[in-house]
Amino acid sequence: MSLLELKNIYKIYGELHALDNVNMKVEKGEWVSIMGPSGSGKSTMMNIIGCMDKPSKGEVLLDGVDIAKESAKNLTTIRRDKIGLIFQQFHLVNYLTAVENVMLAQYYHSLPDEKEALEALDRVGLADRAKHLPSQLSGGEQQRVCVARALINYPEIILADEPTGNLDEANEEIVVDLFHKLHNEGTTLIVVTHDPEVAEVAQRTVVLRNGRVVKEVQNKNFTGKIHFDEEGTHVTKNDLKSEEEIQAEEHANENK
Amino acid sequence: MFFRMIKGTLLRQWKKMIMIAFTIALGASLAAAMLSVMFDVGDKVNQELKTYGANITVVPKSASVLNELYEVEGEEGTGAYLREDELGKIKTIFWAFNIVDYAPFVTVSGTIDDGSEITVVGSWFNHHMELPTGEQLDAGIASLRSWWEIESGEWLNEQSGNAENSAMLGTALAKKLNLSVGDTIHIKGSDGEQNFRIAGIFDASGEEDDQIFAPLNAVQALANLDGCIDSIEVSALTTPDNELAERAAKDPKSLTVSQYEIWYCTAYASSICYQIQEVITDSVASPVRQVADSEGAIMEKTQLLMILITILSMVGAALGICNLVTASVMERSSEIGLMKAIGAQNGAISGLVLTEIFITAIFGGIIGFFAGFGFAQIIGHTVFGSAISMKPVVIPIVAILVILVTLAGSIPAIRMLLRLRPAEVLHGGH
Repeated sequence: MSLLELKNIYKIYGELHALDNVNMKVEKGEWVSIMGPSGSGKSTMMNIIGCMDKPSKGEVLLDGVDIAKESAKNLTTIRRDKIGLIFQQFHLVNYLTAVENVMLAQYYHSLPDEKEALEALDRVGLADRAKHLPSQLSGGEQQRVCVARALINYPEIILADEPTGNLDEANEEIVVDLFHKLHNEGTTLIVVTHDPEVAEVAQRTVVLRNGRVVKEVQNKNFTGKIHFDEEGTHVTKNDLKSEEEIQAEEHANENK
Repeated sequence: MFFRMIKGTLLRQWKKMIMIAFTIALGASLAAAMLSVMFDVGDKVNQELKTYGANITVVPKSASVLNELYEVEGEEGTGAYLREDELGKIKTIFWAFNIVDYAPFVTVSGTIDDGSEITVVGSWFNHHMELPTGEQLDAGIASLRSWWEIESGEWLNEQSGNAENSAMLGTALAKKLNLSVGDTIHIKGSDGEQNFRIAGIFDASGEEDDQIFAPLNAVQALANLDGCIDSIEVSALTTPDNELAERAAKDPKSLTVSQYEIWYCTAYASSICYQIQEVITDSVASPVRQVADSEGAIMEKTQLLMILITILSMVGAALGICNLVTASVMERSSEIGLMKAIGAQNGAISGLVLTEIFITAIFGGIIGFFAGFGFAQIIGHTVFGSAISMKPVVIPIVAILVILVTLAGSIPAIRMLLRLRPAEVLHGGH
């Protein structure tokens, strides 16, 4: 049984089909990227997988339980127990220190344990920045605190929404390395991104367009690391296209 | 963790929290001021309402029957009297505290030297009494007839000693007899005679202008009526009548036991009259409707005004809190969304926000209470010319009002917080 299975998922807002009959499976311990241009339905899909929204139709089986039928209260409990969330904007509480931000997730899960929270920060290389406020941390450091917060309760899935969207290349690499480490430890990772270089680092990439899965690419050269060319620039080794390339292609098709 | 978050919010949003505390302080101060004045206004208004004169008259039962039968005004000549020695009992009834003032009257006919007849009224002017309860009371027409204008001379005062062998003359009578202050008038009654020095001439703008007022005992001696009085005028604080009071006034026996208890234990003019009748032998006490009603209405309106101001100030505070707390929740929507996203249930977040608001409200409430007590003193000195005493009951009432207003003001923000979906604030809906 797959850890996560989406069966015939629709999300409809009036006339708009944000998700249109999406089917997808994620196995335990797998690292999957969900890629697509803006408006392709990535965030909607993340909200549904992350128990923050419900589909209009279809089943979302998490550990065999259809979360689409659960109440808002139960969804909060499922989210708390099974899912670790990482956001593009970090969303750290700005009046709490790094370690307190990690402990916040413990507080709403069970009991805050500062020692354990410090260990989580150590895992992301921020033990020495534990007492710093978010405003005293760089973007990369804030995202690493966010990663520590996501993994503190040992979730079954870590769900990251554009985790490198606000980071420079150096920090992007650090965060991807962290994901690699988590993957090696057996954590299931779902990374939503519009960046093909980040998407292709995963074992498998699911490409969305206009609310539909248009392609699934199994990364043949999976290393869990970002690929660089000789000049140090990120490159893709799979058949994935950036948002700009997709738009250019669509524009060319329309002109034909 | 909980208190770290509370502390963080209070410190981070200190400007907003100060605004919330200020709003609550403003509402609480007005409420505390109005309630303090309202609870103390009874005593203050007592003094003010003395100027209205008596609102209850007590006459002998037989005189009352004659009055009702023949619609005769006055009790002179009925031959029935009340007992002077029972006067102190009026201050022992259930509503004794509401008896502000009273005075006995005895009216006799007297003949002066030129042979003409005049009406001589005996009463207390400023009489000192030791009550059966051990209390002391100064009562008399000096305060019951406070609208009398003293044209010359002064009020008689039993306590200062100027009342002995003295009298006060109505302005019309003084003019008719061509008497002025310092003159002596010789009055002969049915059983005695006495010279009275004119101590004061008053203008009552009524029939009393044709009468002469002298100390009770002196007038009793003129007609050999020692210990007898023919009426008592009582000034009492009353509650305006309602249907129950009107029914009871007709016949208290028509009430059920519980209705009777309610009526008896409420300061209706009729229940006070009933209680006076219980202590004064063979008497009939009846309210002077106009005065009793307007006194009760003044008290009621004053208290209603205070309550209205309190309610309005609290509604204003609730609206202010509502805006500020809603703005605070909106400002923190991504933080609240994050808490929900990482597993916080609605109850936990509502509890957190309410705790922050209540801590702020406690500070605001305490400051407001003391400020309100200060306002009450200003009102007391400005309106009544004396300080307002702090009634302990105001503290729990203001505390309850602050809690209710804070809760009411927080409801829209809490509803917004409950409806807030993490997906919408942490990243776009689609």
